[in-house]
Amino acid sequence: MKKIIRNRSALVGLILISILLFFAIFANFVVPNDPYDMDIWVSYGAPEWFGEGSKYILGTDDMGRCVLSRIIMGSRISLMVGAVATGSSLILGVFFGAIGAYVGGKTDAIIMRLMDLILSIPSILLAIAIVATLGPGMVNAMIAIAIVRVPQMARVTRSMVLSIKEEDYVQAGKALGFSHGRILFKHILMNCFAPIMVVATLGMGTAIVVEAGLSFLGLGAQPPIISWGRMLAMGREAIRSAPHMTLYPGLAIVFTVLGFNLLGDGLRDIFDPQLKER
Amino acid sequence: MFKYIIRRLLQLIPVIIGISIVVFMIVHLAPGDPILMMLGEDATPEDYLRLQRIYGFDRPIYEQYLRWAGNAIQGDLGVSIRQGAPVSMLIYSRLPATIELAFVSVLLAVLLGVPLGVLAAIKRQSPVDFFSMVIALLGVSMPGFWVALMLLTYVALNVGWIPMFGRGGSVFYGLWQLITTFDGSELYDGLRYVMLPAISIGTAMMAIITRLTRSSLLEIMGKDYIRTARAKGLTERVVVFKHGLRNALLPVVTVVGIQFGAMLGGAVITETVFAWPGAGRLIVNAIQQRDFPIVQGGVLMMALIFTLVNLTVDLSYAVLNPRIRYD
Repeated sequence: MKKIIRNRSALVGLILISILLFFAIFANFVVPNDPYDMDIWVSYGAPEWFGEGSKYILGTDDMGRCVLSRIIMGSRISLMVGAVATGSSLILGVFFGAIGAYVGGKTDAIIMRLMDLILSIPSILLAIAIVATLGPGMVNAMIAIAIVRVPQMARVTRSMVLSIKEEDYVQAGKALGFSHGRILFKHILMNCFAPIMVVATLGMGTAIVVEAGLSFLGLGAQPPIISWGRMLAMGREAIRSAPHMTLYPGLAIVFTVLGFNLLGDGLRDIFDPQLKER
Repeated sequence: MFKYIIRRLLQLIPVIIGISIVVFMIVHLAPGDPILMMLGEDATPEDYLRLQRIYGFDRPIYEQYLRWAGNAIQGDLGVSIRQGAPVSMLIYSRLPATIELAFVSVLLAVLLGVPLGVLAAIKRQSPVDFFSMVIALLGVSMPGFWVALMLLTYVALNVGWIPMFGRGGSVFYGLWQLITTFDGSELYDGLRYVMLPAISIGTAMMAIITRLTRSSLLEIMGKDYIRTARAKGLTERVVVFKHGLRNALLPVVTVVGIQFGAMLGGAVITETVFAWPGAGRLIVNAIQQRDFPIVQGGVLMMALIFTLVNLTVDLSYAVLNPRIRYD
């Protein structure tokens, strides 16, 4: 933790993510207005900032709903989809990568060819195709994002396990007759934790961007669920009259992804000091 | 080298078969009846039977796959459900626009990213370095389609000669025309339209290239042979560009290849924003209209292009780095 505070990029990332988490968790209490409340007399209302008696700081959308409140509510979906998708891909990727590297031989070859196959189709395109088949919706978007993210996790885990497998302490464990499960999980995977966390943190950013893209195309979370991607899609219809409808939800995405990227970069520097030298 | 190329080409075969199975399965693993999904709720029994016969859904699944794949090899990707035209023809007519957009985006990313990365590495810890890192960080954090929306709102709406939607003349043909007849009108028209979409798609790639060029060049500049080159009394310019940059660009080439795929994917959404008449927009529209033959064919084509680009990148190693031996 001390190292995180000393690393500037990790610290800034952590602060950004903390702010975001705070807003997401306490969304119900911090929203200035009801995000679903329509005020059609002020639809497409411009941002009022902090002027006297201003009600809608970041303006209103096509139905006169408070953009700021909707961005705050929308943070929940972005973070949740990102976390669930990244978590699932992490579990699957670590499982396949570790099994492949530990068992080796044909099992490894088959698993890695399968991963190569997923990688051979551009990931956003594959995600779009998967959601298009399963049907639009938040859960299906999570499934699609998780699937396209598995290969990267599997590759990182595999390369880590391959190198740690040969360490003396693992050989010692084998000599002592420990079960494969115990060696793999307790001795090997515990030591791969750091690089896998780096990939997962950076992966959160990617997952959130893909989710926004899917929602933008109308394939992600469906109304009345508020998502940033959908807000952008709505704003796209009104870029002439209400540019704030696309500017602010987009900035929310940028800051979120930036937070995860900074934290991921920082963690990588901390875990692998050699890289920082560059 | 020749043997290596042949081997790499042969290795492509299982990959392509794999891709085709995945793409085929995408439609067939869908829950529910694929025909009903294509037809929607208002299907008549006649429509249903007709489609079942056309697509051979009454046959066993492997037979369906073999039939589809066999046709695909011959360039027959089926018939669009909504437009009634052959899918291969629809994709073929849209591909030039997508390839042109991708090409201009890569060019833009490389032309801006490499110099910025080099500058940042030479003037380390300077304002230029800081600026380049900010660009690099923001670039990878902004979704391409949002950049597209911002460019539309704040550039296209304010600058009269930059159009908001669609595609003008062909940039490739325009370039050819400029060279042969000194007539730049087609090129100007093409560039006017392609500019904003290319910036939207190329931004992330430029960010990655900047960062990688910087770190890669910094690493190389610490090597012994650079010290030797300096000791020989070579000018700094020759040291950086001939000895440093040439070696530092190798990882950049890899990343350009890898990112090309991400770009093709991202282009799908950006094309929609700019109404760019490319293959990506064709696929998105097909998804919205549940026109599955187009989705299948389009994803297959994109994956094939991606695979071929990766192969080209691998092969270009041999040219760039003679130290790599292939046997």
